Amino acid sequence: MSLMSLTALELGKKIRERETSAVEAAREALDQIKKVDKTLNCFVTVDEEQALHRAEEVQKKIEAGELTGPLAGVPAAVKDNLCTEGLRTTCSSRMLEHFVPSYTAEAVRNLENAGAVVIGKSNMDEFAMGSTTETSYFGPTRNPWNPEHVPGGSSGGSCAAVAAEECSFALGSDTGGSIRQPSAFCGVTGLKPTYGTVSRYGLIAYGSSLDQIGPIGKDAADCAAVLEAIASYDRKDSTSMKRDSYDFLSALDGSAEGLRIGIPRDYFGDGLNGEVKERILEAAKALESKGAVLEEFDLSLVEYAIPAYYVIASAEASSNLARFDGVKYGYRTREYEGLHNMYKKSRSEGFGPEVKRRIMLGSFVLSSGYYDAYYLKALKTKALIKRAFDRAFEKYDMILGPAAPTTAPKLGESLGDPLSMYLGDIYTVSVNLAGLPGITVPCGTDGRGLPIGMQLIGDCFQERKILRAAHAYEQTRAYSRCPMAAKQA
Amino acid sequence: MANMISDETMEYVGILAKLELSQEEREQAKKDMEQMLDYIDMLNTLDTDGVEPMSHVFPIHNVFREDTVENTDEHEKMLANAPSAKDGAFKVPKTVE
Repeated sequence: MSLMSLTALELGKKIRERETSAVEAAREALDQIKKVDKTLNCFVTVDEEQALHRAEEVQKKIEAGELTGPLAGVPAAVKDNLCTEGLRTTCSSRMLEHFVPSYTAEAVRNLENAGAVVIGKSNMDEFAMGSTTETSYFGPTRNPWNPEHVPGGSSGGSCAAVAAEECSFALGSDTGGSIRQPSAFCGVTGLKPTYGTVSRYGLIAYGSSLDQIGPIGKDAADCAAVLEAIASYDRKDSTSMKRDSYDFLSALDGSAEGLRIGIPRDYFGDGLNGEVKERILEAAKALESKGAVLEEFDLSLVEYAIPAYYVIASAEASSNLARFDGVKYGYRTREYEGLHNMYKKSRSEGFGPEVKRRIMLGSFVLSSGYYDAYYLKALKTKALIKRAFDRAFEKYDMILGPAAPTTAPKLGESLGDPLSMYLGDIYTVSVNLAGLPGITVPCGTDGRGLPIGMQLIGDCFQERKILRAAHAYEQTRAYSRCPMAAKQA
Repeated sequence: MANMISDETMEYVGILAKLELSQEEREQAKKDMEQMLDYIDMLNTLDTDGVEPMSHVFPIHNVFREDTVENTDEHEKMLANAPSAKDGAFKVPKTVE
């Protein structure tokens, strides 16, 4: 049996108990990448030599008793918007095609301190803008469950790599659903933590008030363990929060006893695919059988989340991406006349269409004359959405719903109509607007064999509750490997 | 209801965004932006009178530290990523005539 078919915690245990080694594990991950990544394109950069060297170092430390944690020696993929010192970090953009960071993102550094072995940088939508991983300059990632379909996005490379067993777990980032939606499409578990829980230092910014880094794994326990490793208070991130506790794993007791779960009627109306709805409601029943109490309610304001999100995210993107001017790093056009022409041509050639679309929209909503009507209005809407969640959490421990209205679309179906692609984010974006934690757990497939994910949304700082519920649900349903991985046994 | 964006506005947004779009790209961008704004206009059906705009969900404050150098000299590493460098500095086109 392949080491890559194990969960990260199972593999970590085998390494600790000397049944295998960090080097062996890294080799298997790299072999699997060689086998399947020509088809799937989950990785932008894999540095085999560096990964094996790092695995050897980690193995020595494990043997010397210096590394004893649950993730020591376990191979991981890191989304290509997280800076890694000496390892190319592209954001899947032509703009950063040759960018080699001089420092490592805090979350990745925390992961390395826990002994994880970064084997490569995973593909994504360009600058994390997109819901399909098709806007990558390095070509789309394909869904391991069916390569004719997209893996979702923007952390599509990370989620597909976990499903295809090219790594044991991965880091992604989530601005409007970019961990939870591709996790659902790829049949893996992905967690977006409460805003401020994981340092954004070294994460190439998209929408700074919404961005959070989070774990993607085969199950809730892996996500809990990775979150324990990466979460930290960091004064290099001015929005970093000091939390009372960074203990998540101990919440997993196999039961959902005592948990009050609200099911928003407005998440199950028109627009939700019938098969997705059925699987999610079955999953809710399963949680009831594990002791949870279910109740339907009206969340309200659901339809306002997407317009508010796209105004805020685009506004922040237009500001954050102003730094790419072809001077200090990144792409510079070949021919230009003077400084301003150099800026404009470099940016126009270095960014892809979706990134330019959002920069334009963001510049527009922030411009004088439109600022109040669009940007301020969106911030007020955000305040009301937060209030609606606050009211819900007075009654419930968490909210249960879908992660996306459909299963993964086919390649090429989404980009032609941006607005309808944006509408697919309806169940995820409000969580970012309100700064809440959310987790997606696989809960079956549709008639075509494409995975469906259930989303559990918690109140701020209540990761323990949603992880506990996710874990309790897993007790009723074993993890399904994607056919591509299962075939290789 | 339908938003119409003038060519002048597109030109202005292009200056703000520091993007130079081809004629074809600009037509497409205009169409996409009009469609998005039509959709975003839905926010106008929501009564937000008296609501404070919320930029951050938590009450966060400026974070200060002593202004002391904490990092080491990474001059070479920084310049290694520059599209053009000369004599230990970033090289840019002539900015002053």
